[in-house]
Amino acid sequence: MAYIYKRSEGLRDIPMHYCPGCHHGIVHKLVAEVLEEMDLLDEVIGVCPVGCAVFAGDYFNCDFQEAAHGRAPAVATGIKRTHPNQPVFTYQGDGDLASIGAGEIVHAAMRGEKFTTVFINNGIYGMTGGQMAPTTLIGMKASTCQDGRSAEQAGMPMRMSEMLATLDGCVYAERVCVIDIPNLNKAKRAIKKAFEYQMAGKGFTFIEVLSTCPTNWGMTPLKANQFLKEKMAAYYQLGVVKDTAQEVK
Amino acid sequence: MAKELWKGNEVIAEAAIRAGCDCYFGYPITPQSEVPEYMSVHMPKHGRIFVQAESEVAAINMVYGAAACGLRAMTTSSSPGISLMQEGISYIAGSRLPAVIVNCMRGGPGLGTIQPSQADYYQSTRGGGHGDYRTIVLAPSNIQELADFVQEAFDIADYYRNPVMIAVDGMIGQILEPIEWRPVKRRELPPKDWATTGKRGRKTPNLVTSLFMDPEDCDRMNQLMGENLKRIEENETRYEAIGCDDAEIILVAYGTPARIIISVLDELRTQGIKAGLFRPISLWPFPEKPLHDYVAKDNVKLVLDVEMSLGQMIDDVRLAIKGKKPVHFYGRAGGIVPTVEEIIEAAKKALKEAK
Ligand SMILES: Cc1ncc(C[n+]2csc(CCOP(=O)(O)OP(=O)(O)O)c2C)c(N)n1
Ligand code: SF4
Repeated sequence: MAYIYKRSEGLRDIPMHYCPGCHHGIVHKLVAEVLEEMDLLDEVIGVCPVGCAVFAGDYFNCDFQEAAHGRAPAVATGIKRTHPNQPVFTYQGDGDLASIGAGEIVHAAMRGEKFTTVFINNGIYGMTGGQMAPTTLIGMKASTCQDGRSAEQAGMPMRMSEMLATLDGCVYAERVCVIDIPNLNKAKRAIKKAFEYQMAGKGFTFIEVLSTCPTNWGMTPLKANQFLKEKMAAYYQLGVVKDTAQEVK
Repeated sequence: MAKELWKGNEVIAEAAIRAGCDCYFGYPITPQSEVPEYMSVHMPKHGRIFVQAESEVAAINMVYGAAACGLRAMTTSSSPGISLMQEGISYIAGSRLPAVIVNCMRGGPGLGTIQPSQADYYQSTRGGGHGDYRTIVLAPSNIQELADFVQEAFDIADYYRNPVMIAVDGMIGQILEPIEWRPVKRRELPPKDWATTGKRGRKTPNLVTSLFMDPEDCDRMNQLMGENLKRIEENETRYEAIGCDDAEIILVAYGTPARIIISVLDELRTQGIKAGLFRPISLWPFPEKPLHDYVAKDNVKLVLDVEMSLGQMIDDVRLAIKGKKPVHFYGRAGGIVPTVEEIIEAAKKALKEAK
């Protein structure tokens, strides 16, 4: 029998807990496929965050460590420095990476740590029930800004890819999304490129995935995709933010 | 082997290297900055890893990452930095990882002072972070012990899969003493088959985590950890008793005050007062029974607990003695080291009150 489609070897046969329409599962699948295609599953060590992806270590078919909230880049530094020839990645949400773990990600990027970070920007704290994140859009409602985020009260949303791109140690940053097949394919190519750069020892690589949280956005999955396309992508521009890896020796 | 003159903090670093420490992560803070300085020079020479972390929060999480890969990982700091590490230490304990942490204590609370102190006794011996864990805490009182204990700490941590803390006051980090690099007790260590090394050669991936969503699982993990802690209590209690057999007064102290009390004992005995020193070497597990048994004897009138703090170990002393004899206290806080004269006076005062 010929398979037309099957679950990636990079994922285990365990039902995921993600809500219907959530992009976490899709991004897991892309990362898993890339790892499988690059034949890295036996070598790779992943680090999961505190957030909805806290269970990522149960889903991926590779070794994993669960880090404290925001500390995944420091944990990954400990792994990568002692295992320079093995692929290492962190998978983090926006509360985890841009808020409580802002220091750790900036300094890992500054040091040019040779691991890859997959950053899920869904503009909200998913796991704890929809509080405001540093990435919540102006006017977007969350349980701790119920009339919508105001710049006066909470500042302007943080563009992590652009911010990290200012650091020389970060050689590649791209913002992608997975709302349709063309975008999903682009996202997968970006993830693959990040791992290729990592394996070539180029420097820190960062893939920001604009994602939906239908549950806490209070939208159907389709409406959420629409919102991402019209509102999120307007503030967080899709595409390559930085790619200097070609020149890096 | 010939004796060599070594500074406390450099001994911490060199002992770790000799014990096979694979990687060191740290952040500068007085009075222990000589440790990262020494490591930055010597770890690369041995082909090992040194990273200056951006904070103590990051340093302890780098330790987590490396330890979870099965490596011998270490960090060092002083009180304010150790406070920042508590989150990471809790995760290390919760994930059942070995790690070695050195606290070169200075005066607090807050920024306090860079002078030596023992004010982190509670934090060290009660877990320090959240959850039901304990760190094994060894308190050397001279540089030779420091050299021995730091080397042993890596084996102890690996043996029990539990973080080990070496707690010294800043004085011990800063002084120079002749020491001998002598072999320490080595243990037969269990294989680290839980480590995340890449799943090659294994059927199932390894997951290092402290998350157990199902309370039954979390309880089971805690019970397991509790059994391990019991084992540690049974096997790893250490202390030293000097002149306690015939003492009318037993002074209890660790670290620098314990060294000073050696001179106090001589002086008191020449004055006709029979004084002894009970020195806990493992602060956790606390040597409860030996202390109780010494104090319970008829010759002992009272106990004087001496600390470089407002009195923290005194709780454990009282728990050990179970009200059998009065417990007096003398302490200096905020970075001051008590003198021989002060302690003698405190001992005499306590004896007078007892009459
Ligand atoms: C020190 C600490 N503070 C707070 C929390 C509670 N907490 C768990 S997940 C989370 C937010 C996660 O949001 P995000 O990173 O955006 O990920 P998402 O759930 O949206 O994928 C918070 C605040 C925690 N676990 N630890
Ligand atoms: S709460 Fe949001 S981010 Fe979390 S699984 Fe549900 S949809 Fe996804």
